[in-house]
Amino acid sequence: MSGNGKGEVLEVSGLRKRYGATTALRDVSLELREGEVLALLGDNGAGKSTLIKILSGVESPDGGEVRIEGERVAIGSPQRARALGIETVYQDLALFDNAGPVGNFFAGREVRGPSWLGPFGWVNDKAMRREAEEIIERLQVNLPDPNADVSLMSGGQRQAVACARAIAFGKRIVILDEPTSALGQRESGNVLRLISDAAKEGVSVILISHNMEDVMEVADRAVVLRQGRQVGEEVPSQETHERIVSLMVGGDRGDDEA
Amino acid sequence: MSSATSVLDREGGKSPEHGLNLALRVIRVGPALILALLVVIMTLASPFFLTGDNLSNVAVQVAPLACLAIGQLFVILVGGIDLSVGSVLALCTVTGSLAFGWGGIGTALVIPVILLTGMAVGLLNGLLLVKGRMPHAFIPTLATLNAARGLALMLSDGAPKPGMPKVVQTAGGGELGPIPVPVIIVVAFAGLAWVLATKLQWGRWIYLVGGDKEAARRLGIPVDRVIMSVFVLSGLAAGLAGLITAGRTNAGYPSAGQLDELAAISAVIIGGASFFGGRGTVGGAIVGVLIFGVIDNGLNLLNVSVYVQLIAIGVIVVVAVELDVVRRRLEERFRTLQGSEA
Repeated sequence: MSGNGKGEVLEVSGLRKRYGATTALRDVSLELREGEVLALLGDNGAGKSTLIKILSGVESPDGGEVRIEGERVAIGSPQRARALGIETVYQDLALFDNAGPVGNFFAGREVRGPSWLGPFGWVNDKAMRREAEEIIERLQVNLPDPNADVSLMSGGQRQAVACARAIAFGKRIVILDEPTSALGQRESGNVLRLISDAAKEGVSVILISHNMEDVMEVADRAVVLRQGRQVGEEVPSQETHERIVSLMVGGDRGDDEA
Repeated sequence: MSSATSVLDREGGKSPEHGLNLALRVIRVGPALILALLVVIMTLASPFFLTGDNLSNVAVQVAPLACLAIGQLFVILVGGIDLSVGSVLALCTVTGSLAFGWGGIGTALVIPVILLTGMAVGLLNGLLLVKGRMPHAFIPTLATLNAARGLALMLSDGAPKPGMPKVVQTAGGGELGPIPVPVIIVVAFAGLAWVLATKLQWGRWIYLVGGDKEAARRLGIPVDRVIMSVFVLSGLAAGLAGLITAGRTNAGYPSAGQLDELAAISAVIIGGASFFGGRGTVGGAIVGVLIFGVIDNGLNLLNVSVYVQLIAIGVIVVVAVELDVVRRRLEERFRTLQGSEA
């Protein structure tokens, strides 16, 4: 499925980021194609989270550039990232326990009007509920009660709500940080299905995962980071598994992943 | 996952979730039940309780507290606390009486001065918390609790300054037909607060910031401005309470409102708001205030000592907060059940 001639949605080149004395990103370049699932792999401290934070607007890079559909952009804030069509599912999900799926889907972008009132406009609950039902239906999210607060949901259901939010609103790029780490097998399966479905609809996905099984199942390509550098790229499969692991840990310690 | 759940639902009907759900629902209507129970008890205990005059009296008595509680609710919704409102109430009555003292145009400015004083202290609280990066709202509002009281005493030379314009007196003690004006003020303010809490995007953001500040930030909600706004609102509420108090006493009253901040916080908590933030309603806060008023009034009618009233309030606060803790525990149980089924 990879490289089927579709355009590049995202190009990152020469990205650098320092935090005080530590260099989180030295020189990272990668590209993401339309409708592609790209796995971002690397050991702890390899720079994955920093890269994600830059792409989702939480941090700004010290150098290098980010292009979206060929155009150079400074993302800079989470609002800007969302406006550019980039949605992120954080490891902690960033869900609001005191709201239901509808409230969580539309958090910060509630349907409201009239526009001249800005954030003091009236929310349109009906429209939001209708749209949320469509999302839940289209993405086949399994929820016992779509109006219950997410505080009443299981880990898998919460994960599904967070993923559905990102996939439904991520017009271009969805970034998922360890989306299956806290889930059982069946729940993981549901999330992986959501990811492939999103890709089929033309959304590009960046997947961070420690789980090579997941990566082999859904990712078209894998990019490996080590110590803030992009050190390799592979098509994940049984054959390339060992090589990927050795890229991640460096040297030939392919059987000794930390 | 869904098929497993639905099979259970169909077979059981008495699944553990069912019981938990019921318990959660009871907790949600708990404050209203307590109020209803109190009303029944007081009605049986005293023939004077359920009379128009007495109820109107209760409503007027609690009007300033109701304003404070509505303001406090929004602060508590974002996980904060506003300890300054009792002192701010007093400061507002004093600045109002100063404006009255200017004469002429000053008379017309009394009400704006009262309200703006409250909002100004509220803004200061918000700025100190957010821009001053204070660790918790407790600190800046504890500071203004002292400073506003000191300023009120200083500006008034430590004594009540009698005299308020007619319109302020009406706000505090007048009647429109059979309805006391302070009650009308409270109802109007509560209505606006309800619209904000349930209908406006800004209100949604207040709840979401209270639910999870970090998530709100990452989803692009202007967390700092939301937090500052609730303190301004609480200041405005203290101004309204000050307006009513100044009208009723016909004075700038530097020692007014002492410990009212604690009463307002208690009322909000009794009314079912969560001290952890993110949960609570305007209706609940009003119910909490009425519980206060009914206990106060009923025990007065029954000639029970004020000491017992204080103890009763203390007990109810503990019960209310414990209910919130139990709610969280039950939700966790519920979640585990959902997880094990899925």
